[in-house]
Amino acid sequence: MDHPPTLTSDIIGRESEAMLFEVERGAIRKFAEAVQDQTPACLHGDVAPPTFPTTFRMTIPGVSYDLARVLHGAQEYRYERPLRAGDRVRCRVRVADVYRRQGRLGEMTFLILVMEGRDESGTSVFTGTTTAILR
Amino acid sequence: MIGPVLAARSDQELDRGSVLPDLRKAPITKMQLVKYAGASGDYNLIHTDDETARTVGLEGVIAHGMLSMAFLGEYLCWLAGPESVRRLSVRFNEMVRPGDTLTCRARVKERTTGSAGRRLQLEVWTENQRAERVTFGEAEVQMA
Repeated sequence: MDHPPTLTSDIIGRESEAMLFEVERGAIRKFAEAVQDQTPACLHGDVAPPTFPTTFRMTIPGVSYDLARVLHGAQEYRYERPLRAGDRVRCRVRVADVYRRQGRLGEMTFLILVMEGRDESGTSVFTGTTTAILR
Repeated sequence: MIGPVLAARSDQELDRGSVLPDLRKAPITKMQLVKYAGASGDYNLIHTDDETARTVGLEGVIAHGMLSMAFLGEYLCWLAGPESVRRLSVRFNEMVRPGDTLTCRARVKERTTGSAGRRLQLEVWTENQRAERVTFGEAEVQMA
């Protein structure tokens, strides 16, 4: 099996290209239904549930890891406002930090990724911070 | 239309330490994990395929951590309304498996009331049927 190289601090600061995501009514409804989210505005597809930015899947060139070895340690979202159907959000994700730390399962690599979403006028809509733990 | 749960509460009922009403979710099913995988785009097979889960040392599939966080997102919308959510930050502490029943809970850490309305800092968490905190963190809501 092909193992990606160990992630080291030289990737800090690497950034994805900007990607445009359209917030579709059907995608909001499908997400709300999967979560069994009873919020009327979400079930109707008008307003996206708070964790909807997780659907904006992005990669950073040169940053890869084996999915079977990664744990999602923590997640944070900050919002200026909720996402709504019809929004077009331009997103970028960057490596904010990489460090190694001794954990319960031995030494592990912590990867901190920060995603920013802006509307078409460039105003920030949300920021997502992901802590991925690589065994 | 039913407004957010907290809208009818007085400031005193939202003082520091106030325990907020909880939201109990239906038991998690494998079908829900398949649906969540499709809706979220997280196709990691440890959430949907028992065989893959076992190859990485798990007994079977585990729920997406983000599903538990999504429950907390719904919880904040239920408490304060979907326009009010300003921050949600969680750690994924314990694994969640099909059959587990999660309940969302919160306690007020701080309340400030100003011209823009009420801003609450909350301690939030989901716990399973054994009262273990599987996901815990903090949230902020700004209510008009």
